Order: sequence, then C-alpha cells, then structure tokens
Amino acid sequence: MFRLQKNTFKHGIHPPECKDETKDLAIRQFPFSPVVILPLAQHIGAPSELLVREGQEVIRGQLLAKANGFVSVPLHAPVSGTIRKIKDVPTVSGQMVKGIFLEAFPSDTQEVWGGDPLDLDTASAEDILQGIQDAGIVGLGGAAFPTHVKLKIPEGKKCEYLILNGIECEPFLTTDHRVMLEQDEDIFMGIRYLMKATNAENVIIGIEANKQDAADYLKSKIPADLPVRIQVVPVKYPQGAEKMLITSILGKEVPSGGLPIDAGAVVVNVATVAEIGRLLPLGRGIQERVVTITGPAVKKKGNYLIPIGTPLRFVLEQVGVEENISEVYMGGPMMGVAVSNLDISITKGTSGILVFTDENTPKKEDKIYPCIRCGACVDACPISLLPLKLGTLAKHKSYDEMVDEYNLMDCFECGSCSYVCPSNIPLVQYFRQSKAIVRKRKSNK
Amino acid sequence: MLNKTLNISTSPHLKKGLSTPVIMQNVVWALLPAAAFAVYTFGLNAFFVIATATLTCVGTEHVLCKLSKKESTVGDWSAVITGILLGLTLPPSFPLWMAVFGGIIAIAVGKFAFGGLGFNVFNPALVGRAVLQAAFPVAITTWTPALLENRFSGVSSSTFALPFMEPVFDAMSGATPLSAFKFDHISADTFDLGMGLVSGSTGETSAVFIMLGGLYLIARKMMNWRIPAAIFSTVFLLSGLLYLINPEIYPTPQFMLFSGGLMLGAVFMATDMVASPMTSLGVWIYGAFIGGLVVVIRVWGGLPEGVMYAILLANALSPHIDNAIRPRVYGTSKRKKS
Ligand code: SF4
Ligand code: SF4
Repeated sequence: MFRLQKNTFKHGIHPPECKDETKDLAIRQFPFSPVVILPLAQHIGAPSELLVREGQEVIRGQLLAKANGFVSVPLHAPVSGTIRKIKDVPTVSGQMVKGIFLEAFPSDTQEVWGGDPLDLDTASAEDILQGIQDAGIVGLGGAAFPTHVKLKIPEGKKCEYLILNGIECEPFLTTDHRVMLEQDEDIFMGIRYLMKATNAENVIIGIEANKQDAADYLKSKIPADLPVRIQVVPVKYPQGAEKMLITSILGKEVPSGGLPIDAGAVVVNVATVAEIGRLLPLGRGIQERVVTITGPAVKKKGNYLIPIGTPLRFVLEQVGVEENISEVYMGGPMMGVAVSNLDISITKGTSGILVFTDENTPKKEDKIYPCIRCGACVDACPISLLPLKLGTLAKHKSYDEMVDEYNLMDCFECGSCSYVCPSNIPLVQYFRQSKAIVRKRKSNK
Repeated sequence: MLNKTLNISTSPHLKKGLSTPVIMQNVVWALLPAAAFAVYTFGLNAFFVIATATLTCVGTEHVLCKLSKKESTVGDWSAVITGILLGLTLPPSFPLWMAVFGGIIAIAVGKFAFGGLGFNVFNPALVGRAVLQAAFPVAITTWTPALLENRFSGVSSSTFALPFMEPVFDAMSGATPLSAFKFDHISADTFDLGMGLVSGSTGETSAVFIMLGGLYLIARKMMNWRIPAAIFSTVFLLSGLLYLINPEIYPTPQFMLFSGGLMLGAVFMATDMVASPMTSLGVWIYGAFIGGLVVVIRVWGGLPEGVMYAILLANALSPHIDNAIRPRVYGTSKRKKS
C-alpha cells in the first residue's frame, strides 16, 4: 500500500543524470559508412543463420540471415551493396563471432526492399508474433532480447498489463526520450499490434519525471480508442529494470526467479514498440536504430539514427572526438561495456556511445579499502540483497551459501552497490563472476 | 587518429564521490569542536591527553602494519578517530603513560587482533578505555573541575607521572555530576551539563559541541542518524517514565541525556559503522538496546556510568541482530533467517 503511493520501488540510487546536452537534440539521420559489419549474434539467443555468400549483391532490407530457432531473430541488410567477406568479427563483449562485411554501393538511392505488410485487422496474435520475429526485432533498450519471445504468453497465464518502458534511467542516454517526443504515431501503432498479440486490456507507459515533456506530449496524443495511461515515476536508478518498473507502476513484486508475466505484466521498451509500429505495417526488417552519442570528448553530440553495422570508428570520425580519448562505453555508464577497440560496430542493442578522455573519465581506478560495513550497499540494492555479505562470501568462494542463503541469483547486476561503496569494492564484478561460476557448475552436473 | 589504446573498466563506470578515507577524515573534523572545547575547559591537561592518545594510536597502527609486512593503513584515517575518541573519554589529568598504554591496547587488541579496519567487532577506542578502567580504576575516576584558573599555565602533577608509579592527584578533584547524583543526589544544572562546564572526561562533557559534530556528519550522510536517535529516545522515554514514577529518587530525563558519556558515546561510538548493524531496523534495535542498558546501569547498577559497557555489549550483539533481521529479498515471501 505504502509503496503504491510512493510510485516507486525500494532503495536504488541517484547518479547524476547528464542528459541535458542531448535531450533537446532531435534525432538526425547518420550517413552510411562505406562498409557495414554485421555480426550474426546481435541478440541474446542463437545467432542468426547465414543466407548469403561472399560476392553476392544485396538490396537494402533484404534478408541476410534467418532466425535459428525460437529464441533468435533474422538479420536484414541495412544498406544495398556487395557482400565482401564473411569472417569472424569482434563484438562488444570481446568475443569473436561470425560476421558479414557489406560494402555499400556508392551513390545508391538506398531504396528499401519491399516487404510483406502485416494487416493489423486480419492478423492473429500468432501472426503478429511471427511478424515481430521476422522483422528481426529485439529489445532496443540495450538487453537485445528477442521481443517476440517475451510477448508469448505462457499457457494458463494472463497478460493484464502491457507496460511500455520509457524510463531510461541510465545517465547520459536520451534515445527513448527523443523517440517518445518524435515517434508518437509509431508508438501507438505498435501498441495496437502488441495489444492484439498479448490480449492485454491495459496499457501503461512508464516515464521518469525528468522527461515530463515526453509524458505530456504522449498524453496529448493518445488515440481515443486506446486504453493507454501514462504514469510518471520519480527519477531513480535502476527503474528501467523490468522488475523495478513493474513494482513502481503496479505496486507488485515479480516473484523471485519468475518473469514479469507472473505479475500479470509484459514490459517492452518504448523504442522497441515504436519500431514494431513502424515496421510491421510495411513488413520490413529492422535496419537502423537511434543511438545517443555523447560524453565530454564528443564534439557533435546528439541522437542519431544509425544503420545497424556501422563501425564504431566511422561513427566517432563523423561526430568528431578529442585526440586523447581514453574510454568508450557502449550503453550507459551504469551497465554499459567499456570497449577495448574501435573495430566493433553498432548493433541492435547499442543504445548509446559515451566517450571520455583521461581528464574527464568519471571514475578513476581507485584503491580498494576494506569494507567498513557502512551499509550503503544494503541501502542501495533494489532487491534488498546484502551485497557486503555476498562480497565476503565471493572472496571465500562460498558459492553455495551465496545462492542458498543470500539469493545471489536474484542479483541482476545493476551495479548500484558498487556505485555507492566508499571502499571501492567491485561488488557487482564479484557477483557476475560468481553467477557465471554457479551457472557453469550447474550445467556440468 | 583514434589509434590510442583504450582503458577498459567494468561497469558501473560512474562512482559516488564518497570514499572511505574521506568519510573517516570527516569524522575527525566532526570530533574537533568537542576536542577544542575540551582543551578550553580543561586546559593543557586535556590537550596532552588527547594528543598522546591520538599519536599512540596512529603510531601503533603504523608499527603493527610494518611488523606484519603489510602496507601501512594509517592513510585511511581510522586510527586517528580511535585516538581522539579514546582521549576524549579519559579524565583530563590522566597520566599520559596510561594513555599510551590505552592507545596501544585500543589498536592492537581492539582492532588489529580482529584483522584490522572493517573486522573489529568492538569499537576499538572503547576496548582501550575498558582495559584502562580495569587496570587503573583510581586514575580513570579522578576528575578535575572545569574552568580552573591556572589550566593554561600548567599541568596537574599526575599528567607526567612516571610509568608504574602511583600517580599523585591534585587535591582539587571534583566529582562528576553522575556520581554526585548517584551517591549524594545532587543534580547539576542542565545548562552547565549541556555546555560541558562540569567535571568529567575531557570530551564527554560538552553535549552542544558533540551534537554539532554529529549533525555535520548526518548532513553529509556520513553517519547513521538512527543510532543516536534510537539511543536518545530510549533513554528519554525510560528515564522520563522513572522520573514520573518517583521524582525523588530518579533524575530528570534531561539530566540523563546530558550527563556523563552518553552524548559522546551515542553520537561517535555507537555509530561506529563497523561494529553496528547494517539494516535500518537492526540499527533501531541496537540503539534501543544501548539506551535501555544505559538507564538500567545508571539507575540500578553499582557504577555511576554505563555508556561504555552498554555500547560494548551492543557491539557484541550486532552481528546477531544482523543475522536475525535480514531484509526480505524482493520477490520472496519471507525474511530469511540463519
Ligand atoms: S548489482 Fe546486484 S547486489 Fe548490487 S545492487 Fe544491483 S542487484 Fe543488488
Ligand atoms: S558499501 Fe562497501 S564499505 Fe559499505 S558496507 Fe557495502 S561493501 Fe562495505
């Protein structure tokens, strides 16, 4: 009851927002790079299965690789051109995966391959899920989880609420903010498809209070026949996490180990919904996405519509960066990844690119002090774990106790505990490693 | 362009500004007003006692680190806090060699024996003080009156007493308000108590300056306000109740709050993060336990003062409180117990 009124979840942190420099910059089209590099694993799940060969010419929008199973999506050509090479390419995680080098035709019109439009009125729920998978859509908020998988309501469960995630709680990122201000029609069209796919009767768009303008704008645009409600929630990290958002909006908790649908909800990122609303009526596949490019070392900061596969190096050359850049993050500063080289490319999951120089890196590697049991991490953890305890156990490799007694597997690696720890203890790193070890042990059994 | 090697770090890439040494430093700043006022009230005696305790603690920490072939941890400032706190709990004319002894015990036994910063079960300064109390019961309960005329021109004869010799205390020793009340039922004026214009340990007497330091730390979010709040409210309610029952034999609640080591203990010792529980509910229980015990010891115990023992006992209890009161994990139905 109490929490319902507060409209937010327990604990959490307030990192600096750093959104002012890009939040008012409208989305701009990014130029095509001479070559795009497309890893076949751009999403969580099985990598797509290659359909083209070296030397083949393809047209923008053409299918390059098909979905390889249910938890997988296809890949479309973001530009017309020639397949030059098919070989392993680096990804943001540091792993090498098979990828396609596609050389763009010079001065091509870049007209898009016609698709199979999906008629909203006649399509069944299954047709829509298939359409979403065929369009290659994954969560654009950064998780890159295939969206149709999430939307498949398990037997016996009911989706009462379709929740659109317009929280964008990561500092610096403003893509969802811009999408909400500029793509209202796509969003509402997407909602129509999703309501049909999930049978949801209520739709709630959750937006943090620092994007009041987007909330007001969308509210003024809600079509009369749609049961959509906008809910503004206090600014807090990690509110963009599905479970936290559900708690903020519905005042309920998702059971430990469960999914949002166990609380009667399906949560989809607002930009993903816009993409569904834009692509399905045309029957096209996803070819580009909005990316916030910012950070103190970037000269032309902004929100750009960038073709998937554009090399990071090309992106930075186009926007201009300081000579002495030292750190580049893909994603937000709280959960994003620091890249080790610039030879990776923009993928469907890239929500932001942040560039820092030595002088303005937000965090300097600092000395680690002993835990002073200040309890800051306990107060920060949104799911009420005891990070200091888990940290000690991780050091002693007491993985079983971490899992059985202290709910290690409920940690979703938001990093709030590391953020607040005055002793610089890399708590979330310990938990990532521990979770990986636990999972490995399990699969070996 | 853009061929530089990039730094890789793991997320989160942002960091809240507070660091452990900065927190510790701020605690030191917060202690300074009380220490300065102690010097004002008790003169050179107090200065020597506080300085000696502090230097000894820092020195002991350094030497022990060197002996155990570890990098010196003096830089984290925690030994400074222990030293000042210890000094503030000692009587102004306490023999300095005894203060040295107390400082060594505080760090070596109270902290190092447990594994250093973060691992100590008890507040190290209180460990030092408790050992001193047991070893030198007379010296530690011999008080100097406040605001002596000659307090800046000389030190009392006991201060530089030779080690292991029976110190000679000045004739003018004053009773503390607590013992005056306990044994003779004389209640000190609340204003004098609040300002610290009474005899007592060097830094325990000025409630106003202690609170000032505490408020500073609370404002900077470097102290858990719930702990002093729980202690004060428990002491106030409990002693208020007793006073209502029989004002003849029980002191007023304000006397209870402002006398003895309660302020210093509640604000700066019970709040030692390492030795206190970590959840909000746990901290309330811990504070209430201390407050209750202080009243019980003062009213019914054989000692005039009970703060030190109350906190030490609560320190011992705090891991158990943490085990019993675990927050309910999101998405689970029950609190876990071990
Ligand atoms: S990383 Fe895990 S333990 Fe740390 S605050 Fe987030 S959920 Fe809690
Ligand atoms: S925040 Fe860091 S120092 Fe504080 S209790 Fe947690 S792990 Fe220990």
